Amino acid sequence: MNKLQWIKLFVITLCVLSSVLFYQSVKAQGPVQLPTHPPAKGDGKSLVVQLCDGETNLEVKGVKPGERLNPDQAQVVSNQLMAQWLAKQPKEVAEAWMKENLTSQQKTTAQTNPNEASTQDQPIDFTARDYQMWKKELDQEVSYGDQIFHDDKLLGSTNGVSCAMCHPHAANTHPETYPKFQIQLRRVALLRDMINWCIENPSRGAKLHPDDPKMRALEAYIMAQRKGTVMEPGKH
Amino acid sequence: MLPLKWEKRLQEYLKNRELWMKELYEAGRVWEGRRKFLKMSAMAAGFVATKSFVPHSFQLVDVVNAATPATQGNKPFTFAYISDSHLYEKTLNERFVRQLERAVADINALDPQPDFVLYGGDLAQLAQPGELKLGAQILKQIKAPVRMMVGEHDWFLDLGDLWKELFGKPYYSFDHKGVHFITLMSVNEKDFWTAKNLSPMQRMQIVSGLDDGRQSPFEVGEEEREWLARDLANIPKTTPIIVFSHSPLYKLYKPWNFWTDDAEQVQALLKPFQTVTVIHGHTHQVLSNRIDNIHFHGMLSTAWPWPYAPQGLPKLTMQMNRPDPFNQTEGLGDGIIDVLGSGRVNKRYDLWNRNPLFVSAQYLDSNGANDVPTKTTLPSY
Repeated sequence: MNKLQWIKLFVITLCVLSSVLFYQSVKAQGPVQLPTHPPAKGDGKSLVVQLCDGETNLEVKGVKPGERLNPDQAQVVSNQLMAQWLAKQPKEVAEAWMKENLTSQQKTTAQTNPNEASTQDQPIDFTARDYQMWKKELDQEVSYGDQIFHDDKLLGSTNGVSCAMCHPHAANTHPETYPKFQIQLRRVALLRDMINWCIENPSRGAKLHPDDPKMRALEAYIMAQRKGTVMEPGKH
Repeated sequence: MLPLKWEKRLQEYLKNRELWMKELYEAGRVWEGRRKFLKMSAMAAGFVATKSFVPHSFQLVDVVNAATPATQGNKPFTFAYISDSHLYEKTLNERFVRQLERAVADINALDPQPDFVLYGGDLAQLAQPGELKLGAQILKQIKAPVRMMVGEHDWFLDLGDLWKELFGKPYYSFDHKGVHFITLMSVNEKDFWTAKNLSPMQRMQIVSGLDDGRQSPFEVGEEEREWLARDLANIPKTTPIIVFSHSPLYKLYKPWNFWTDDAEQVQALLKPFQTVTVIHGHTHQVLSNRIDNIHFHGMLSTAWPWPYAPQGLPKLTMQMNRPDPFNQTEGLGDGIIDVLGSGRVNKRYDLWNRNPLFVSAQYLDSNGANDVPTKTTLPSY
């Protein structure tokens, strides 16, 4: 081999090695990045508190970063933050919020009536909007799971076998019987272990990370099919 | 690393498991003996002298007893069945192909050979030419004559064009040793695709989903019912009738199309006959039923087992043991059907990983009082 060929060989080896290393580092990160709120930056001398919208910040004069607020201070800070947030909202949103907030405040006041002292520590009621939103979110998760459960390609199967082929409407998946010891897996299995077992064996696919959106959706779909079933962990 | 205590327990489990496997192997040898005995008993019915041959021989004796009173009338005979192979092309899924080949080998090893073999439908998974042709090629290896039935997985890509080209008419009748046989095409569906502008492949995929509610229920249909009425018009009411249909010819569970929408109308056509038996596929499980004069038997699949329907399971069904997910040929198999002199049938489910399950004519005739099949230890959830 002449010099040029040696250089070529060296470059190719370098490429292969670096791509393998890159792949490993990407793989190690895990599949899901949950949203984070970057910490607000103040002048470094006083504590900065951020509202859960991730945008509205308040610098608390006289309190150093890392120090704890006492409950009274904290109440004042949160009231101020909410006021700042409200001021940024369009008129109708602000009005709707005020209305809702006032109603729940009135209720809380009513509950402090000494005759109803036992309900004092009950939280405020959830609104119809809360229920609607939660249902929508859950339905979305379940329906994504439904899709994966019925689609061999989406599941990552390499032989055409989908979950629903053996488990129509997730029948005989019995999520209510997990966790239980499985001699074949040599440990106490969770539902997700069996899901992965089925993906790897009958479906000949690659197993999913426990936090993979597909795994979460599959669990959601399977459990939603058994709503109301009595829990029986360990049942064989 | 497991903690030490768990390591110990694990070792114990593994030891127990080994013992258990040994026992299983022993049981298998006992079973082999029984299988040979069964072959002998088929050749000489009434030969019950070796009652103590195997520890669990009571079931076997019942089968022989059931056969005894029925030796009047026609000459008894046997046919075999294979059903629901759901083949993909071999490059995509080799396992389903291997499993159909196993069933073919089972049937070819039967001694004596059955008079014919019924193929119960769903030869292909998505009715692709590659799948149907592969199936046809494998079924050619069967030594006995083959009677074909169509399933929805063979049909809804080209509405039966290729299937008919390969295997002939989807519904027909024939006579064999005094029994009138009818093969139906019971998986017609009302048009749900034109209005939605679906492609043939989309239509096939919807129908291939057992729990896909976008499809229509199965039906025999008016045209075929008229043909059936004409076909039965000249048959004496005492002639035994055996009907093959892919879907069960009764209404079990609509969400999975364990169902035939015009079942009552078809049953009405069969009602005047004294002895009627329906053998159906589609349900991939041990399934028995009786409605008046009609006995119903399901067939096993060679591809995968279905769970039992959550509602509507016929009272006379003795469930097969719940399949073990860690064993991929569990709950699968093929089987034989002994047609007795009376024209009634004894059904044998040859489960690949278990002892066979017998459902006799006597059991259904007595509404479950006599000759009860062995009860399962693990029912479905």
